[in-house]
Amino acid sequence: MISRYQRRKLVNLFNLGVAVLATIFGVFWLIWILWTTLRYGASSVNWALFTQDTPAPGSSGGGLRNAFVGSLILLGMAVAIGAPVGVLAGTWLAEFAARRKLGAMVRFLNDILLSAPSIVIGLFAYAIIVDPSGHFSAYSGGVALALILIPVVVRTTDEMLRLVPGSLREAAIALGTPYWKLVTRITWRASASGILTGVLLGIARISGETAPLLFTALNNQFWSTSLDHPIANLPMVIFQFAMSPYTNWQQLAWAGAFVAVAFILLLSLVARLIVRRGRGA
Amino acid sequence: MSAIPQNPPAASASAPASSVTTVNTKLDVRALDFFYGQFQAIRNVSIRIPEHQVTAFIGPSGCGKSTLLRTFNRMFEIYPEQRARGQVIVDGEDILSSRKDVALIRAKIGMVFQKPTPFPMSIFENIAFGIRLYEKLSKAEMQARVEGCLRQAALWDEVKDKLQQTGTSLSGGQQQRLCIARAVAIKPEIVLLDEPCSALDPISTAKVEEMIEELKTDYTVVIVTHNMQQAARVSDKTAFMYMGELIEFGDTEKIFTKPEKKQTEDYITGRFG
Amino acid sequence: MKASEAARDAQPIAATADKNSAGPRARISADFLFRNLSAAVAMLVAISLLGILIALWREGWEALHHFGWRFLVSTSWNPVSEHFGALVFIVGTLISSAIALVIAVPVSFGIALFISEMAPRWLRNPVSAAIELLAAIPSIIYGMWGLLVFAPWFSNFEPWINDHLGALPGIGLLFQGPPMGIGMLSAGIVLGIMIIPFIAAIMRDVFLITPAPLKESAYAMGATKWEVARKVILPYTRTAVTGGIFLGLGRALGETMAVTFIIGNANNLSASLLMPGSSIASVIANEFTEATTHLYKSALLALGLILFVITFIVLVLAKLLLLRLDRMEGRKA
Repeated sequence: MISRYQRRKLVNLFNLGVAVLATIFGVFWLIWILWTTLRYGASSVNWALFTQDTPAPGSSGGGLRNAFVGSLILLGMAVAIGAPVGVLAGTWLAEFAARRKLGAMVRFLNDILLSAPSIVIGLFAYAIIVDPSGHFSAYSGGVALALILIPVVVRTTDEMLRLVPGSLREAAIALGTPYWKLVTRITWRASASGILTGVLLGIARISGETAPLLFTALNNQFWSTSLDHPIANLPMVIFQFAMSPYTNWQQLAWAGAFVAVAFILLLSLVARLIVRRGRGA
Repeated sequence: MSAIPQNPPAASASAPASSVTTVNTKLDVRALDFFYGQFQAIRNVSIRIPEHQVTAFIGPSGCGKSTLLRTFNRMFEIYPEQRARGQVIVDGEDILSSRKDVALIRAKIGMVFQKPTPFPMSIFENIAFGIRLYEKLSKAEMQARVEGCLRQAALWDEVKDKLQQTGTSLSGGQQQRLCIARAVAIKPEIVLLDEPCSALDPISTAKVEEMIEELKTDYTVVIVTHNMQQAARVSDKTAFMYMGELIEFGDTEKIFTKPEKKQTEDYITGRFG
Repeated sequence: MKASEAARDAQPIAATADKNSAGPRARISADFLFRNLSAAVAMLVAISLLGILIALWREGWEALHHFGWRFLVSTSWNPVSEHFGALVFIVGTLISSAIALVIAVPVSFGIALFISEMAPRWLRNPVSAAIELLAAIPSIIYGMWGLLVFAPWFSNFEPWINDHLGALPGIGLLFQGPPMGIGMLSAGIVLGIMIIPFIAAIMRDVFLITPAPLKESAYAMGATKWEVARKVILPYTRTAVTGGIFLGLGRALGETMAVTFIIGNANNLSASLLMPGSSIASVIANEFTEATTHLYKSALLALGLILFVITFIVLVLAKLLLLRLDRMEGRKA
C-alpha cells in the first residue's frame, strides 16, 4: 500500500517522463528526415547536377540546372512582388492603423491568409491568371508564391515596426519630420533587420512550396527562362522524379531535396543570426 | 491670429519684476487645460516664459510638468485620446489653434527627451537629417554646419574621427548631447528639455548642464526636471507644479530661498508626501 | 506622470491626428500619398481572401450547378462517366487530420511542458529551434521521405497491428488490410509530425506567459510539477491551447504534397485505416493536369472551394481563440 504522497510523486515522475519522451519523439523525426536527406542526397551532389538539365525518361545522367534556375526565377518574382506589398501593408498596420478597428480586422484576415492552404492559393492563381490567359506560365507561379510570401512579410513588418519605441518617433516628429519621411527614414531603418528576417523566413517558406506550382508554373523538362511559358522548378521536379520508377530520377530527386533543405536551413540560420545581432545592438 | 495682443515686455504677474532689464515673453501660456481621455492632467495653467532665459519646471511625479512641455510643440497630438484647451502663444500666435503646418511650428521649437533617441543612422546623418528637412545645403556647407553643431554640444572632439559610425555606438551621455545638437541644428527659437539628464551619469549630467547654460544666449530654454538641485543650478526662473496646477513661478533664487507658498516650501525642503 | 509615460511608450502612435494640419502642398501630398498607398495595399491583402472565395466559386460553379447538393454527399468519382461527388475526399481529409491531431496534441503538450517547465536553460533554445525546424522542412520533403523511407519501415509494424488491433471486436475493422505502409494511417502519422511544431510553439508560448505568481502559489502548497501543469497552467491557458490545436488542424486539412505521396490515392471509401484513400488536396494535386473536360476541372475547383471554406472556418475559430492570447501578451508588454 503506497501513501497518497508517494502516489502523487509517482504520477508526477511518470508524466514528466512522458513529456521528455514526447520531446525526444519530436526531435527524433527531425533528425531522421534530415539524416535521410543527407545520406541519399549529399552523395548525389556533383558538378553535373548544376550544369546539366533534367534527363529524359530512361536516359542516364543529367542534372537539375534548369530546375535550379527556374526556382530562382520564381523566387525572384515572388520577392519582387511580395516584399514591397508586404512591407507597405505591414507599415500601414503598424503606423497608420495601430489601434483602429479596421486595422485589427486587416490583421486578422492577414493571419488567416498566412495559414490558408497553399493549394488553394495555387487554385486562385490558376483562376485569375492561367485560366484567362489560356496557358500555364512562370509568372503565374511567381504570383502564387508571392501570395504566400505576402502575409509572412506583412506580419513580421507589423510586429517589428510596433517594437520601435514611441520616443524615437516623437524625437523625429519634434524636429518637424513629415510622417512619410519618419517612416521611410527612421522606423524602417530602425527595424530593418527584423523586416529582412521576415522576408528571409518568407523565402524559406515558399522555396519548398509545390502545391501552388501544380496549377501555375507547372514544370518544364527543358531549359527555359521565358516568363510566359511553363518553367522547370525544383519542387515540381522532386515531385515528379521521386514518384517515378527510374533510379537515376529518384537519385536526382534526393539530390534536389538535399539542396532545397540545405538552402532553407541556411536561410533560417541567417535569419536567426540577424535577429540575434539585432538584439545585441 | 493677429487678434492676440502682443504682450507687454514684463515678467509674469506672479513674479514681481525683480530683474533690472526688461525681458520679453517668448512663450505665453493662457488658461491651459489638458486631458488624457477623461483624466484632466493640467488645470488652468497660465505662465509667461521669458526669452533667452532658462525656465525650469519642478514638481513631484505626475504633477503635469512633462505634459505641459508636450503641449508647447503639440506633441500630444499624435495620440488620439489626448487634447488640450487654452492658448499657447509664441511670437503672438496661438500654436494650439494655428492652421499652420504643425511641422513648421515644431521646427521653431526643438525638443530633447528623457532617454537619448539617436536615429538609426550615422552620427553625421543624425544631425544632417533635421537640417535637410528645412534647408538644401551643399556638401561643404552641410559638413561645416554639422561640425558647428557638434562643437556647440562639446561633442566634436569626441566624435570627429567616427562620424560615420551609428549614433547608438556612443555612450549614453554622448547620445544625449548628440540629441541636443540635433535639436538645435535646425535653428529653433525655443528648446524644450524633458528631464534630459535622468538617464545619465553625474559626469555626463555636468556636461549637459554646461551646454544648457550656453544654449540660453541663442535660445529660450525650458527644462523639466525632477532634480531640484539641477533646477537651482541651471535655471533663471523656476515654476513649481503640483497636481496639474501651477503653484508658484518666479526667479529661481527666490523660489529656492524664500518661496511664497507653503506647498512650494514643503517640496523644496523635502517635507512632501 | 510615470504611468501615462509608460502607456505612451507601449502604444504605437496613431498618425491620424496630424490630419488637421495644413501646410506646404508638397509635404501634405507626399504624406497623403504614402498613407493612402500603404492603406490601399493593405486593403488589397485583406480583400484577397474574398477574391479567393469568389474565384473558386466562379470556377467551381459549373460542377456545383450540375450536381447540386449531391456533389457533397455522393461517393462516386468517375472521370469517364463524368460523375463527380466529393464525399470520399471530404471524409478522407477529415480522417487523416483527425489521426494527425490524435498524435500531435499529446506530443505537443509534452514538448511544450518540457521546454517551458522542465528543460534547463541551456537546453531550452536548442530544443525550441529543433521543433521549429520541423516546420521549416518543406512538405514535399516530408512526402518523399514518407513514401520512400517511412512507409517501407512502417509496413513492418502493420502485420502486428493487423494481428492485435485488427482482432479487436468493433474497432478491429479499422485496422485490417494489406501491410503496404501507405494509406490513411501513414498519411495521418506524417501529418501529425508536420503539425507538431505549430501546436507546440503556441502551447510553449502560452505556458511561458502564465503568470509566475499563479504557478508559485500552487508550488507553495506543495503541488508537483505535473499537478501545476495539469491543474493550473493548462486551465489558465485553455482557450489559447484550443486555438493552437485548431491552427494545427487548419494546417493538416490543407496539407497537400505529403499526403499526396503517402495516402495511396484510392478514390473510394474503405473502413480500414490501413487501406489507401484520398483527401481533397491530394485528389486535386493528382488529377488537375489530367482533367481535360470543363466539368472535370470545375469539379476539382469546387473541391478546392470546399477545402477553402472548411479551413477558413477552422482558422477563424483558431484566431478568435488566440485573440485572448494576444491580449494577455499585450498586458504583459
